[in-house]
Amino acid sequence: MIEIRLHGRGGQGAVTSAELIAISAINQDKYAQAFPSFGPERRGAPVMAFVRVSDERIRLREKVYHPDIVVVLDPSLPTIVKVTDGLKEDGWVILNSHKDEKTLREMLGGYQGKMAVVDATKIALEVLGLPITNTTMLGAFLKATGLVDRKYLEEALEHRFGRLAEKNKAAMARALEETKLYT
Amino acid sequence: MGKKVAKEVSIAIADAVKLARAEVIAAYPITPQTHIVEHLSELVANGELDAEYITVESEHSAISASLGAVATGARTFTSTSSQGLALMHEILFIAPALRLPVVMVVANRALSAPISIWNDHSDIMAQRDIGWIQLWAENGQEAVDLVIQAFRIAEDRNVMFPTIVNIDGFTLSHVIEPVILPEQEEVDAFLPPFRPKYKLDPRKPLTMGPVGVPEIYFEAKKAQDEAFKNSRKVILRVWKDWANRFGREYHPVETYRLEDAEIALLINGSLAETAMTAVDKMREQGKKVGLIRFRLWRPFPIQEFRKAVAGLKVLGVIDRALTPGGVGGPLGTEVRAALYNAARRPRVVNFIAGLGGRDITVEDFEEMADRAAFYMKKRPKEAYETIGVRES
Repeated sequence: MIEIRLHGRGGQGAVTSAELIAISAINQDKYAQAFPSFGPERRGAPVMAFVRVSDERIRLREKVYHPDIVVVLDPSLPTIVKVTDGLKEDGWVILNSHKDEKTLREMLGGYQGKMAVVDATKIALEVLGLPITNTTMLGAFLKATGLVDRKYLEEALEHRFGRLAEKNKAAMARALEETKLYT
Repeated sequence: MGKKVAKEVSIAIADAVKLARAEVIAAYPITPQTHIVEHLSELVANGELDAEYITVESEHSAISASLGAVATGARTFTSTSSQGLALMHEILFIAPALRLPVVMVVANRALSAPISIWNDHSDIMAQRDIGWIQLWAENGQEAVDLVIQAFRIAEDRNVMFPTIVNIDGFTLSHVIEPVILPEQEEVDAFLPPFRPKYKLDPRKPLTMGPVGVPEIYFEAKKAQDEAFKNSRKVILRVWKDWANRFGREYHPVETYRLEDAEIALLINGSLAETAMTAVDKMREQGKKVGLIRFRLWRPFPIQEFRKAVAGLKVLGVIDRALTPGGVGGPLGTEVRAALYNAARRPRVVNFIAGLGGRDITVEDFEEMADRAAFYMKKRPKEAYETIGVRES
C-alpha cells in the first residue's frame, strides 16, 4: 500500500488532487481512498488531503502519518509546515518551487531523500491563467512516482473539468516535461 | 450487476436514495451531512429523480415534513447530523408510534459544546430510545446497501418503523472509495413500491396521532414495543434476500476473526475497519484477538450478541460518546446489561475513544486490546477508561 499526503492552502485544490489520484487508481482496478483533513476550510489556510492506493482492499481509516509520497502545492508551505513529517526513508517529496536543489534541501531542514521539483505556479499562470497548481502538480507526481497511468489521470481530469479539461491536461503535460528529479 | 466506481460516500448515498425511487426528500443542510442532500437536490432539480424536494427552515421542520409526507404514502428520505438530530428529538419519538417508515441517514458528529463539526457518536447515542430501527455502516458499499435495504425493511407491512442508517461524518461521508451501485432493475426487483395499509387521504379520512388516555396509552406503547421487537424477523429475511441477489451478507452482529479469540474489541462504525487491520497485526503476533460490531443496534440483537461473545475471556467495548457521571459509555453500559443474566459472559472493559474527531489509530486499537488482555487476571476498577487524551 502506498500512502500519500498532500499539502496545500485552502482554494488551491489539494483535496481535488487527492480525489483525482484515487479515482484514477480505482478506474485502473486498484483499491484506493482519498479524504480531506476535515479542518474548517478557509481560503489560504494550510490544508492537507490524504490518499491510499493498494492492490488489496484497504481497511484503514486513520490519517496518513507515515506517507510514501508528500505533494506540496504551495511554494511557501515548507517554511511554516514540516512537510517531511513522518515521511518514509525512501519516500518522495514533490514540490512546487522555482528554487534550486540546495536551497530546497536547506528549507526542508537538511532533507536528504528523493525530491521532485517543478515551478507549478509559473506553469499554472501561463497555461490556466490562474495560480491554482493542483492539476499541474499531478504531472510532477506522475513523473516521480508513476503510481497511476497518465491515461487514467487524463480521463479523471476530463470527467471533473469538462470543457476546462484540455487546459488542465496541458498544464499536467508541461509539468511532466519540466519536473526535475533529485534522487 | 453494477460496475465498481470511485465515489464520495455521500454522493453514493444520494445515488442509492435515487435508486430506491424516493418520492419526498425534506432536509436541512448541516455539516457533515451536506453533500448527501446537496446531491439529492441536484438530482431532483435536473430531473434525474422524480421527487418532491422540500426545503425547510430547520431540522425540526425537516422531520415534521418527512412524517407528513410518509403519512400520505410517499417514500420519504431525510438526513442530518449532530445538532440537527438533537433539534429533531421531540418529533423522532412520534414516527415509530404512528408507524411512519421514514428512512434517515445520520452522518454522525459530536455535539456542542465545544462546537465540533467532527465525528463521534454522541449525536446518535443520545437518541437511543426513540424507537427507530438503527443500523451502522462501516464503508461506502455498506452505506449504499443499507440505505436501499432500509426502505424495504421500514416499509414492510410487518415492520412499519422508521429506520436510521448511521455513517461516520467525514471519516466515511467525505471519503472517495470504490463502490458498486446496483442497477435500477436490480433495485426495482428487490424493493417494491411503498403501499401502506393506512394513509392520509382526503377521500378516506382517518385520524393519526390522537390522544392516548390512561386507559389506552400503555397498551399502545406495549403494542409498539412488541411490533418493534418482531421487526428483527423481517430484517433477517431482507438481509438473506439481499445476500442471494447481490452476494453481500449482513448480520445483526458482525464478527471478524472471532473463532478461538480470547479477547475481542467492539466498536461501531467505520473505524471498525482500522480495528480489523489492528486485529490482523495482532493475530500475526500470535495474540488471540477478534472484533465485534453491531450492524443492528435497535432492536438490540441480544441472542446473536450473547452467542458471539460466549467464548471470550474479555470484551473491550469502545464507546465514541460519553455518558457524564454514568457507569460507562452508552455502548458499554448496554453491553454489560445485556450480559448480566447470560449463562456465559466475558469480563467487560469499557474504553471511551475518538471523541470530536480524535483519530483512533491502529496503535490505539492495539493498546486497547493489550489493556483488555491485562484484565483477564484482574477486575477493572474504573467504570471506563479514556484513550488518546492528553493529560498535561
